[in-house]
Amino acid sequence: MKIFMLGWEFPPFISGGLGTACYGLTKAISQLGTEVVFVLPKMIDHQDSTHVKLLSPSSLSHSFTYHQVEEIKNVKIKTIDSPLQPYLTPQQYSKKIEEIIHKKRFFTGEVSYNDVNKDNAHYSGDMFTEVRRYAVVAAELATKEDFDIIHAHDWMTYPAAMAVASITGKPLVVHIHSTEFDRSGEHVNQPIYDIERKGFHAAEKVIAVSYFTRNTVTSRYSIDGDKVEVVHNGIDRSLNSDSNVNWALKHTGIEKEEKIVLFLGRITMQKGPEYFLRAAKKVLDVYDNVKFVMAGSGDLMHQSVEMAVNLGIGSKVLFTGFLRGDDVQRIYKMADLFVMPSVSEPFGIVPLEALNNDVPVIISKQSGVSEVLTHVLKVDFWDVDEIANKVVAVLKYPSLKISLQNHGNFEASKLTWKNSATKCVEIYKQLLCGAYC
Amino acid sequence: MASVCFYFQVHQPTRLRHYTVFDSQHDYFDDHKNAAICKKVANKCYLPANRLLLKLIKKYKGKFKISYSITGTLLEQFEQFAPEVLSTFHALAQTGCVEFLGETYYHSLSFLYSREEFLEQVKMHSDMMNSLFGLKPRVFRNTELIYNNDLAAFIESTDQFDAIISEGADRILGYRSPNFVYTPQGCNRLKLLLKNYSLSDDIAFRFSNQQWEQWPLTADKFVRWLNRVNGNGYVVNLFMDYETFGEHQWENTGIFDFLNHLPEYTLQHPDNDFKTPSEVIDAYDSVGTIDVPHLISWADTERDLTAWIGNPMQSSALHEIYRLEKKIKSSKDKKLISDWRKLQTSDHFYYMCTKYFDDGDVHKYFNPYDSPYDSYINYMNVLDNLKKRHKKLHENTACLA
Repeated sequence: MKIFMLGWEFPPFISGGLGTACYGLTKAISQLGTEVVFVLPKMIDHQDSTHVKLLSPSSLSHSFTYHQVEEIKNVKIKTIDSPLQPYLTPQQYSKKIEEIIHKKRFFTGEVSYNDVNKDNAHYSGDMFTEVRRYAVVAAELATKEDFDIIHAHDWMTYPAAMAVASITGKPLVVHIHSTEFDRSGEHVNQPIYDIERKGFHAAEKVIAVSYFTRNTVTSRYSIDGDKVEVVHNGIDRSLNSDSNVNWALKHTGIEKEEKIVLFLGRITMQKGPEYFLRAAKKVLDVYDNVKFVMAGSGDLMHQSVEMAVNLGIGSKVLFTGFLRGDDVQRIYKMADLFVMPSVSEPFGIVPLEALNNDVPVIISKQSGVSEVLTHVLKVDFWDVDEIANKVVAVLKYPSLKISLQNHGNFEASKLTWKNSATKCVEIYKQLLCGAYC
Repeated sequence: MASVCFYFQVHQPTRLRHYTVFDSQHDYFDDHKNAAICKKVANKCYLPANRLLLKLIKKYKGKFKISYSITGTLLEQFEQFAPEVLSTFHALAQTGCVEFLGETYYHSLSFLYSREEFLEQVKMHSDMMNSLFGLKPRVFRNTELIYNNDLAAFIESTDQFDAIISEGADRILGYRSPNFVYTPQGCNRLKLLLKNYSLSDDIAFRFSNQQWEQWPLTADKFVRWLNRVNGNGYVVNLFMDYETFGEHQWENTGIFDFLNHLPEYTLQHPDNDFKTPSEVIDAYDSVGTIDVPHLISWADTERDLTAWIGNPMQSSALHEIYRLEKKIKSSKDKKLISDWRKLQTSDHFYYMCTKYFDDGDVHKYFNPYDSPYDSYINYMNVLDNLKKRHKKLHENTACLA
């Protein structure tokens, strides 16, 4: 069995859980002996492409290249040159394209728009056009490959997946990691919603990362529940914390005996940074020996900094910006508690990472991960008093912290990508059986 | 001769309300929830079961006998929320066929943490039984049948009881049968009655289990099993939670019909009878000593104490509450002392149990919390306020002095 997978870039070159999920799932599927052709958008001038071994770029067409990631056998990686990135809004996308053009101009001196345009002729300045262009290139690529199932991750890849499906007639599985309702609340972007909806309807199976998300898919996109399977995400224990990583407290303004409460994720409406800060304020009313660290970046970053100042807790909240690699491990080492007050979280891999690093967690009940974790503290994201109540308790009572650490770590260790992959492979088999048996 | 000895445990804790670190009021208990549960269980279990048993006692004219152990925390709730239950217990007490056992008033684990507090609670409970029903308990049962040699020796030393009750756990009995009267290791006078867990659990746990090969369990089938004891034992101790009738096993499982017909089938055999625990120890001599150096209980399959003191949260909460004993008592503030004691009820610690939590199972019975962690946080917040209250009282008295 061979899978044509339309996914996203692997860690550490990612800005969120989608890349982590694609990596974990693909690796585990390949370890089960299923072959995968993994197609992803990637800009050719990307400077961070050291983790993949470039096999023979020149031998292939200009628009896609062929890489082999060393640690995963059975997986052939194909990248399509494209600036698409998950989590971008159409506005952010346009801004990014402008930046690329600006950068080119900076390096190459005065150039005309036409020159730049020639150089990046295949990039579209409009995200939806780029998504369609990506679909055309992916379909072209698919004709050169042999496979049994198409599996696509989140809306930007759905048009490509549908194009491939209509050309090849192979069964389509769409995986949903985050819906437009999770990202934008009730203010959905209609074209994105339409693409998601088309993808769900075109697919033979929809894989939701939680019952929480399955519910959104069935109720908001009118998809028959029988069609939607739940496959929870997992955690890759091999990426465990490096015990040699030492955090230097210098320059952070954090005293050694001070406790640290961590927010880690994109600072966007979806992740509830506002509730984190309001809870921090409440905590500080009764418990002083603590600092709140917000690790991540996002469109609400500046607003959050301002909010901290306005709440009068500016000196107690630290913003680190986007963290990757060892810095993430360092911040986990420092943290006494991780809080995820997400307004709407389809799954939420970060709490699993925190538990994996022995950091106890408070998660919002409005999250998929709360379906698979019991040894954590759960709150309604809007219940700031209760978040603060629980934060104070973890900081005050060592036996609570120890119990959450021990049981939580053990529980997280049972949530493996192998389980998720096994469920996906079962779904593939059912589809193939339905087609051929 | 096979005597059937029933003992029903009747208990509800005084549940705490949601209490955060930001709360400062002294009303720790959830009157609304406690009232709702008390009334619900009264209607489903306590009232129908009491009425049925009263009817049976009258019908068999002194041949059908039972015993109860009722905690102070529940009796207070009956007075407040369901006084009609108290009057049916009163009626039962007057038949002369019902015995009331002694235990700690607050269904506490005090024996493990403070002998002084333990004695006071046992006395409070005895006094209450005496004043409510005019009966002074002769037989003692400790919370959750927690037991060891030390407890038996301590109970004997108080000179208030003639017998003690515990779990007939395999590991203390070995090849021996629970169907005899024993003497605890280290005791002279005190007798020991052990629960026949197999037959007790057939009623309490398995009765409605349709996967059980013996389902459905009828009274005549159960009595056939009882009759087998004739010749190999004196007494079958059927000890269980009273909530078995109508609450753990709902009325539609046929549990009340079962109970209704049990005396009839039991008394058909000429060698059978019903005895209260006191009558059992008066009628039968001890056949040997039972050595229980380690603590046992009637909980879970482990029959140990891990459901209450198995994790760091539970031990920290327990140590914290008993650490306050001297301070709280020296305040002589009745409300403060009573609140402190209500916080000793074992259920509060049971809710903090992380064992089986992921399986979400038996420990869920009327558990007001979503997780053991929530229960610990709530408890510690209340305890924190209790400490502040004491401190304030102490400062005020110091000022006055």
